[in-house]
Amino acid sequence: MWPPQCPAALGAVARGIYTRRSTPADAGDGAAQVAEYFQDYITVAVFAAFGAVLVAVAVGAASLLRPSNPTATKSQTYECGIDPVGGGWSQTHVRYYIFALLFLVFDVEAVFIFPWAVQLETLGVFALVEMMVFVVILLAGLVYAIRKGVLEWES
Amino acid sequence: MSFGDWITEAQNIVFLVFAIAMLFASVVVVTSRNVVHAALMLVVALGGSAALFLMLGAEFVAWVVVLVYIGAVVVLFLFGIMITRAPTGRDTARLDHERRWPALLIAVATFATIATTTTLAFEDTEVAGEVVRTAQIGDLLFNRFVIPFEAVSFVLLAALIGGIVLARKDADE
Repeated sequence: MWPPQCPAALGAVARGIYTRRSTPADAGDGAAQVAEYFQDYITVAVFAAFGAVLVAVAVGAASLLRPSNPTATKSQTYECGIDPVGGGWSQTHVRYYIFALLFLVFDVEAVFIFPWAVQLETLGVFALVEMMVFVVILLAGLVYAIRKGVLEWES
Repeated sequence: MSFGDWITEAQNIVFLVFAIAMLFASVVVVTSRNVVHAALMLVVALGGSAALFLMLGAEFVAWVVVLVYIGAVVVLFLFGIMITRAPTGRDTARLDHERRWPALLIAVATFATIATTTTLAFEDTEVAGEVVRTAQIGDLLFNRFVIPFEAVSFVLLAALIGGIVLARKDADE
């Protein structure tokens, strides 16, 4: 079976499974919606599986075919540049923590942008203005951070 | 329903795969000798819970789990580990605790309580044909709950400024 038809075939299987399980009362629109939902995600799963298999085959075949002759220089982390000093488990500076905190807030902002983005076409200009207000209010926080010198790299 | 009937349904097999993966990852989270590996296994366990939400038709909740828990909370854990301990994660002695058996007992008791309550409350009620797409959430959020949505931005702003005030030591103070 050629890959592009694979998701559709699996989607048909999914439709079979999930329409069979739904009760007669919502057999109409609801069942079709459920089937479409699972078909969407089975497509995603099939693509992810093909991606994983592709990488595994490429890397596995390469490790079988290539000659193995490791030297100390070849197994260094960086081929060019300054030689790394110390281990990778060393302590990180505290100043990175503030970036993690900033990231946290804008991550939650992204959570609200997702439902907005998928529905923007039907919601129209009003939703665009709403999101603008939302982002501008949060940008005030970023401006505060910059004015406080939080993002400056003091050594 | 016997186990033979149960296992023949496709979604039950998928559920079983995710559940076993989550169980394995959760056990590694508490038994791992490297605290960084524990945090990374927590990602696997939380990813499994996101997958279970997807299977239940709660699309938005699943992606919020991925974004907020895997994306933000675990990042915060890793930052905390990276900042506080050197050499990071290799300190096996401090990972163990003398009260591990009472802790296990309480964990199992909590699980038993939650499992019995939910099983008794819902019994064989089927959750069928209920899928909430992210687009529906978007409709609700930007038509009906406009003011609460904008209020959220102020809450986030307060959290942002509070975090900066607490985490930063002022040079001129």
